[in-house]
Amino acid sequence: MYEPFRVLIVDDEEDLLSTLVERLEFRGIETVGVQTGTQALAEIAKQEFDIVVQDVKLKGEDGVEVMKRIKQVRPNLPVILLTGHMSQETSREGLQAGAIDYVLKPINLEDLIVKMQEAIATHRRSES
Amino acid sequence: MGGLFQKFIFSGTSAEKAGYPRYRRMWRNTILAVSAVCLVPLLTITGVNYYMYYRSFRHDITQPIERIAAITKRYLESFLEERIAAAQYIVSREQAEDLYDQEVLESILVRMRNSFGGIIDIGVVDSGGVMRAYAGPYDLDGKSDRDQDWFNKAVIRDVFVSDVFMGHRNLPHFIIAVNRSGTSSRSLIFRSTIDTDVIIRQIQMAGPKRDYDAFLINRSGLLQTPSRLYGEALDSFPGDIPPYTDSPVLVNEVVIRGQAYFMGSAAIKGSPFIFVVLVGQKNLMSGWFVYQREMLAFLVVSVVAILLIIMWITTGWVRQLKESDLQREATIHNVEHTNRMASIGRLAAGVAHEINNPLAIINEKAGLITDILGSTTETSQKEKLLKQTGMILKSVTRCSEITHRLLGFARHMDTTHEPIAVDSLIREVLGFLEKEASFRDILIEMTVSDSLPTVCSDKGQMQQLFLNLINNAFDAMEKGGCLQINISDLIPDRVSVTIVDDGIGISKDDLENIFEPFFTTKKSQGTGLGLSITYGIVQKLQGTIKVESEVGKGTCFTITLPVNHPMLQESNDV
Repeated sequence: MYEPFRVLIVDDEEDLLSTLVERLEFRGIETVGVQTGTQALAEIAKQEFDIVVQDVKLKGEDGVEVMKRIKQVRPNLPVILLTGHMSQETSREGLQAGAIDYVLKPINLEDLIVKMQEAIATHRRSES
Repeated sequence: MGGLFQKFIFSGTSAEKAGYPRYRRMWRNTILAVSAVCLVPLLTITGVNYYMYYRSFRHDITQPIERIAAITKRYLESFLEERIAAAQYIVSREQAEDLYDQEVLESILVRMRNSFGGIIDIGVVDSGGVMRAYAGPYDLDGKSDRDQDWFNKAVIRDVFVSDVFMGHRNLPHFIIAVNRSGTSSRSLIFRSTIDTDVIIRQIQMAGPKRDYDAFLINRSGLLQTPSRLYGEALDSFPGDIPPYTDSPVLVNEVVIRGQAYFMGSAAIKGSPFIFVVLVGQKNLMSGWFVYQREMLAFLVVSVVAILLIIMWITTGWVRQLKESDLQREATIHNVEHTNRMASIGRLAAGVAHEINNPLAIINEKAGLITDILGSTTETSQKEKLLKQTGMILKSVTRCSEITHRLLGFARHMDTTHEPIAVDSLIREVLGFLEKEASFRDILIEMTVSDSLPTVCSDKGQMQQLFLNLINNAFDAMEKGGCLQINISDLIPDRVSVTIVDDGIGISKDDLENIFEPFFTTKKSQGTGLGLSITYGIVQKLQGTIKVESEVGKGTCFTITLPVNHPMLQESNDV
């Protein structure tokens, strides 16, 4: 199975968020899901995560800004961005601002997990 | 004119000929208007000049004739006046008895001959018409003139000048008769016979030698003196008899026996004579005819030159106008098309974006169901349900592809520029399709021009462009088809790529719509976006795309791309 890790999912679409959390947990990945940037920052303050998967378009918030705030609190925490096809430009901006990768919606879950694992592995290697 | 127009202006397509009557009208009207503006003054000036010159020329010709006629008229009138005056003097001075005296009469004849030329004889006729005395070369004494025409006319007049006649003398002569009325014993007519030779000499001396004839005629049209052209005295004059008027001299243009003449005429007052002078027009007018020919030649050459220049300029102008109109229409059409595409693109992008989110949820839900089913123990419905969720996920993937293409169609990504060898790029694209080509036994032939330049353009978009076109060609072809790709640099600073398939072809109606978004002939298999995206890419790369097709025979796409992307060129220039 997977190397155990904890993931924080940030997406304003509740149905998508809950299903995604459920599916990841189904695969044994410890997952917390939040809908806003503020909630995400609060969760990061409360507990440790190995990776953040965040939508670039959050209701009323600039996803890249949220990511930058997360990075301010936890500079080494890898962030993967979720993006619609139309928001690829924003995702590229996000990559420049420190995101490790981006994944297109609708999500291919297996691809996402592989990307998360690679990102965490890379991060852990750099830390050790 | 229409034929000329067709020849000069049109070699265009049927679409261009739709505006044909407008340009033909414009061409014709311009030529007519400009020709009128140029030719009316030219023709007017030429006409006026012609008329003035003709008048002046005619004046120069007729003036000498007029002068001859006037001088001769004066001469003849004074000739007659002198002799009439002399006769009147004699009649009034001498007694009848003296006049009847032969000796007296002969001495008078001698004196008259000494004073005036041309007198043949003189005689005195009594009121009964008997020649009572005669002095002259003939033996006429005692002869009766009672039946002579002149006598009957002379009796009723004071002075009478007869027509020329042969009479007893049997030679042309005329008589001046002076009637002394009074009692029968005193009444007599003094007549003198005038030899016409004197007059003939005078008349013939008056004019030029060549093409000149001068003579006297009477009111009946009989020649009174010989004519060089029309015979001896008392022959008929073949032309129209000029009017016997008080006007001094008349000059007319006449045609006698097919010859054209200037005819001067003058009635000799107190006589039945009309002096006629004829001068042939041919020689006199030769200068005028030369001028006429030169003027006509000048006019014809000028008119032809003007018309040719007008036609040449108008043709060029209308052709330029037509081309610029067509160019403008094409630009407007392109702008409209681009705007339509942009609007549709924005709409499509909005729709795709909105659909993408629920699609992502469906994807996750179906994924979750699959996960749950996967973890449950075998049930009779598990396989069936997994199959259903698999189909949902497959459909989501398909929808997702459509929305991604829609978004790709609408996206305005910045183009990047790098040097690209078009042939290598197309070979790379063909590499993606190699398996399909070999599976479907499709033969691919590629010809590349030797001097093909490198193109500076966006590699990704060019790949997409050719992938779309070659994919379409593959879709159109049956198993065992042949795809021909020709890459050349026939047009300066552009590379041209033609992709020719021998597939099913595209109908004429469909050809008009193939670049429209969502237009597809592939039924459920296509999204109708491939060629729209292709068109968009070609526009973005400053290229052109043209399609020709025949149902059942195949389709040919021709793409031209600039060797240097204009935007890049501009930035390099800066």
